[in-house]
Amino acid sequence: MASSNTDFLLSVENLTVSFDGFKAVNDLSFYVDEHEIRVIIGPNGAGKTTVLDLICGRTKATEGSIKFRNREMTTLREHEIVKSGIGRKFQTPSIYSDLTVFENLEISFPRGRSVWGALAFKRDEEVINKVNEVAQMIFLSDQLDRQAELLSHGQKQWLEIGMLLMQDPELLMLDEPVAGMSVGERQQTAELLKRIIKDRSVIVIEHDMQFVAQIADKVTVLHQGKIIAEGSAEKVKNDPKVIEVYLGH
Amino acid sequence: MFPLFSRAGKASLFPKKDVYSYLILAAILLVVLPLSMDIFRLNLIGKYLTFAFVALGLVLCWGYGGILSLGQGVFFGLGGYAMAMFLKLEASNPENTKIQSTPGIPDFMDWNQITELPFFWQPFHSFTFTIIAILLLPTIFGYIVGVAMFKRRVGGVYFAIITQALSAILTILIIGQQGYTGGVNGITDLRTLHGWDIRTDFAKYVFYFVCVAGLFACLFISQFIRKSKLGRLLVAMRDKEDRVRFSGYDVSNFKIFIFCVAAVFASIGGALFTLQVGFMSPTLVGIVPSIEMVIFCAVGGRLSIIGAVYGTLVVNAAKTSFSESFPELWLFAMGGLFIAVVMAFPNGLAGVYQTYVEPKIDAFLAKKKLKIQPDKSSGTDTEKSLNGGIAHGQ
Repeated sequence: MASSNTDFLLSVENLTVSFDGFKAVNDLSFYVDEHEIRVIIGPNGAGKTTVLDLICGRTKATEGSIKFRNREMTTLREHEIVKSGIGRKFQTPSIYSDLTVFENLEISFPRGRSVWGALAFKRDEEVINKVNEVAQMIFLSDQLDRQAELLSHGQKQWLEIGMLLMQDPELLMLDEPVAGMSVGERQQTAELLKRIIKDRSVIVIEHDMQFVAQIADKVTVLHQGKIIAEGSAEKVKNDPKVIEVYLGH
Repeated sequence: MFPLFSRAGKASLFPKKDVYSYLILAAILLVVLPLSMDIFRLNLIGKYLTFAFVALGLVLCWGYGGILSLGQGVFFGLGGYAMAMFLKLEASNPENTKIQSTPGIPDFMDWNQITELPFFWQPFHSFTFTIIAILLLPTIFGYIVGVAMFKRRVGGVYFAIITQALSAILTILIIGQQGYTGGVNGITDLRTLHGWDIRTDFAKYVFYFVCVAGLFACLFISQFIRKSKLGRLLVAMRDKEDRVRFSGYDVSNFKIFIFCVAAVFASIGGALFTLQVGFMSPTLVGIVPSIEMVIFCAVGGRLSIIGAVYGTLVVNAAKTSFSESFPELWLFAMGGLFIAVVMAFPNGLAGVYQTYVEPKIDAFLAKKKLKIQPDKSSGTDTEKSLNGGIAHGQ
């Protein structure tokens, strides 16, 4: 399928994926600008997570194209997609529980990613400073020597966000970053997200409409693998179709 | 279980505790055992130590990387057979074999009506080639298996089964191709290395110390890998492979690498086995020895580099004494031991040591320190209690 070059940071065009005939994502097209905060909402099973999976290469698209800075992503392997500047946080906190917080963050530092590079990797000032800086942002400065397994659920979510910050991606994809958090943690996370999204583009999947309205430039509503509405949070909230399938209940 | 790094301090390759463990092991292997044992027993220990190479590789591959290989016998065999082929060729000079219908070829070939040395035996006339083959053959073979499996994301149980199948295939191949491999008897009657008789007591002493030196070289390589970022990546991959992948790493390359390292270790062990025991046979290649090696590693503690050595020694010593009295019961005992270790002591001897013995030693040392330097000890105490807390938390 022919796809055009654009000024957008990310352009997803006619994206389809089918699992044994079931189209989890169906002919989807959307565009994300530089420094845009895009929120994807929709009922369960709408294909939200699948869209992120497709962009980061975890799932291979059946049809369509995903271009990041006009470079086709669908043919690249996962680590190559990461290297071109896309970072992704998983829905359940995905951290290395046997390693310390410091080591967790260190692994995401974008250096020494080959076998020999990893063997020769030195923990120098640059790495230590970066880890300290990120730890400060994610409220884990005093936990650096702690084993990650012992962190609370909320802290684990922050740690994974911190690992992405180490990576410093141009496009950050977050899958329900505040799910399962206490009210206090939620508030802190909102602050954290507002700070980290300043100089990059972000795609967020979220259910909390209040949270969405706070951060979103644009909201995309998915339903059964298709976009049913797109626009500002205000506009989407008042869309009758959206109310029917998603917000109504 | 995993060392803590302080934020500011850089990770050192040999923390104090590790230095002591290495020194103690060196003292046992280089001083205590050679002085307290006759050459027959010491040679037996040397034989056990060749299995420790394999167990050590498994600590890296299985313990750290989470890749369970039930086919390490294949690599042990590659190294062992390479060495045996060289020694056999030297033992089969025309003079020694003049009663054969074709003098100058290994005796078993003659018995199998082979009249010419097969092409793949030719290069094993050279000792240099043999040494290179011992290091390179397992790397190449491990690389091929690794690429075929890990690039396709075959892992876990499936990988274990495939490696097990490989060791079965190699055994069948060796037994079936009797004329080229010596068949089920293996390659026996090895005599000299560059004209130097390897069957004397003196040679056995030399090989024992060569074996210990080789083992320490492999221990240090393992320590280096464990302390490098690659070591931490392996632990990370074992836990959350996807997270590592989506942090920009090609996970399969790391798996291939560590599998090849384990393969080379096993191969060196195999070569040293041939030198010390004086033969190589398919009984050391097949499924049973391959699984036994996993048990050595599990008993020692699959996350402990040094534990691999102790685990191998303990299980083998038990095997030797037990199988002398109850030969038919040994396999059951071995299976029972494996189940017991996995259920009760998942971190093996090293885990038992870390949980029960080490805190007491630490407490003892801390007390001593307190007496000597009353003002400096407070910092270390907090650190120790933090350490202890985490160890218990696991």
